[in-house]
Amino acid sequence: MALTAVNSKKKPEMMEQEERLVYNTKNLNLWYGDHHALKNINLGIKEKDVTAIIGPSGCGKSTYIKTLNRMIDLVPGVKTNGTIEYRERDIFSKEFLVEELRTRVGMVFQKPNPFPKSIYENIAFGLKIHGIKNKQIINETVEKSLRGAALWDEVKDRIHEPAYGLSGGQQQRLCIARCLALEPDVILMDEPTSALDPVSTLKVEELIQELKERYSIIIVTHNMQQAARISDKTAFFLNGEVVEFDSTDTIFNSPADSRTDDYISGRFG
Amino acid sequence: MENTARVKSEEMVGRIDGRLMKNKVIKGIFLAATAFTTIILMVLLYRIISQGAPYLSWDFFQNFASRRPEQAGIKAAVIGTIWMMSVVIPTAAILGVGTAIYLEEYAKKSALTRWIQMNISNLAGVPSVVFGLLGLTIFVRVFGFGNTIIAAGFTMALLVLPVVIVASQEAIRAVPNELKEASFGLGATKWQTIYRVVLPYAIPGIATGSILAFSRAIGETAPLIVVGIPTFVAFLPSGYLDQFTALPMQIYNWTSRPQVEFHNLAAAGIIILLAVLILMNSVAVWIRNRFQAR
Repeated sequence: MALTAVNSKKKPEMMEQEERLVYNTKNLNLWYGDHHALKNINLGIKEKDVTAIIGPSGCGKSTYIKTLNRMIDLVPGVKTNGTIEYRERDIFSKEFLVEELRTRVGMVFQKPNPFPKSIYENIAFGLKIHGIKNKQIINETVEKSLRGAALWDEVKDRIHEPAYGLSGGQQQRLCIARCLALEPDVILMDEPTSALDPVSTLKVEELIQELKERYSIIIVTHNMQQAARISDKTAFFLNGEVVEFDSTDTIFNSPADSRTDDYISGRFG
Repeated sequence: MENTARVKSEEMVGRIDGRLMKNKVIKGIFLAATAFTTIILMVLLYRIISQGAPYLSWDFFQNFASRRPEQAGIKAAVIGTIWMMSVVIPTAAILGVGTAIYLEEYAKKSALTRWIQMNISNLAGVPSVVFGLLGLTIFVRVFGFGNTIIAAGFTMALLVLPVVIVASQEAIRAVPNELKEASFGLGATKWQTIYRVVLPYAIPGIATGSILAFSRAIGETAPLIVVGIPTFVAFLPSGYLDQFTALPMQIYNWTSRPQVEFHNLAAAGIIILLAVLILMNSVAVWIRNRFQAR
């Protein structure tokens, strides 16, 4: 399909099988008013992969990830054409409700954004808006999600205390736990560690490694080392175009395009 | 030649005294302005309290209006104001907060919404007498409510509505976008986001702004005069379609009497009015502090 390269080191047995895509972007164009922000994007994102999107500021990487769960709809004056298929369903079609898409596809934002509520209520929020009222289910899900985000041991004695009392890194893991509570299929992460210190960043990266066993993860990062450390596939965006999309190994060790080489070796960006 | 264009530190140091002098003078001007305002306010309060305090008695609260000052009381006005506010507060709060939510969260930013916005802001500055005329035309005459509680209450609600809308809009606009994104990102609908994220965050601001607006409705006299609210009432209303009088009307009535005793009664009425306003403003402050402590 749209994938040309296959990660040869990590999953050789996948080579023969047909690859299952969570997202398939076809000829996607996006404009902010007159500004052509995404130009003819074609990208197939594989299930249970960590896919990193890298590129300099203003290259469209954040715009792209926000399009994947249609958070971009919140920005006035955005026009798109082309299609994005999530599990072979067109996310722009009228039949695919945006609320369903965002339930199946979780998002972690650049700045940790817990609600001004308790830790418990932050995680219960997603369940409550989906009509789950059973206390026991909520309690179990809160614990499971916090464990899933490697936060349980740190907060188990104070889950009814305000989330704002947590450190930045803990808040970001709480936001990840908040996503996990809805058992998403894909987790989108928009520069999730850019506001965190190195130790917190490391914890979030370790968490991503654990999460990839169960979830497909798409992560935008301006930190190239981070992309190299955690991702299976890397897409390099430049001026709204995908310059190169390949296994992370290939992108960082033998990129096909000279612009990719210039960027990863720090000659610009 | 080069040296002439260069900055000389001796010259600059020499100017420090002059700059400090200016600093002191400016401070003095601002201090004088504050002192002047404070003194005027103190004199006003002193006059009112010294005149009115002796008249504050249990009888004053228990008695209706009377031709004889020693028997005149403020009962009808206090109860009437409470009745009127029981119309003003729900009407202005529901219409005001509803409009603010619509304009901030639903309406697309277009020339039309900008025009509406501009008109709302301008309405906040329209003299209260004009709202009185509007109330007289619409509520008293067209709807045929007469000079009753409901007519006065709706008129006052319209008067404070623009302020409630603008204050609520500002509170809603102050809700961080990140929180709304977090809610939408979990698959919440617009209403769920408004109900569970936007309103809880904005309520302190909405409440503070609205209470200040409501306290204006308690003190306004002009619209009540225009709507034709009577000043001499010796009964309590039993329903919203009854006649009534309100605190500022009673005070206005007393001040326009020739006898000094009535002027003193007016001062006593003003003390009550001020006490109500201070109480309401304290509630606003209390709400703000309570929610900010989160």
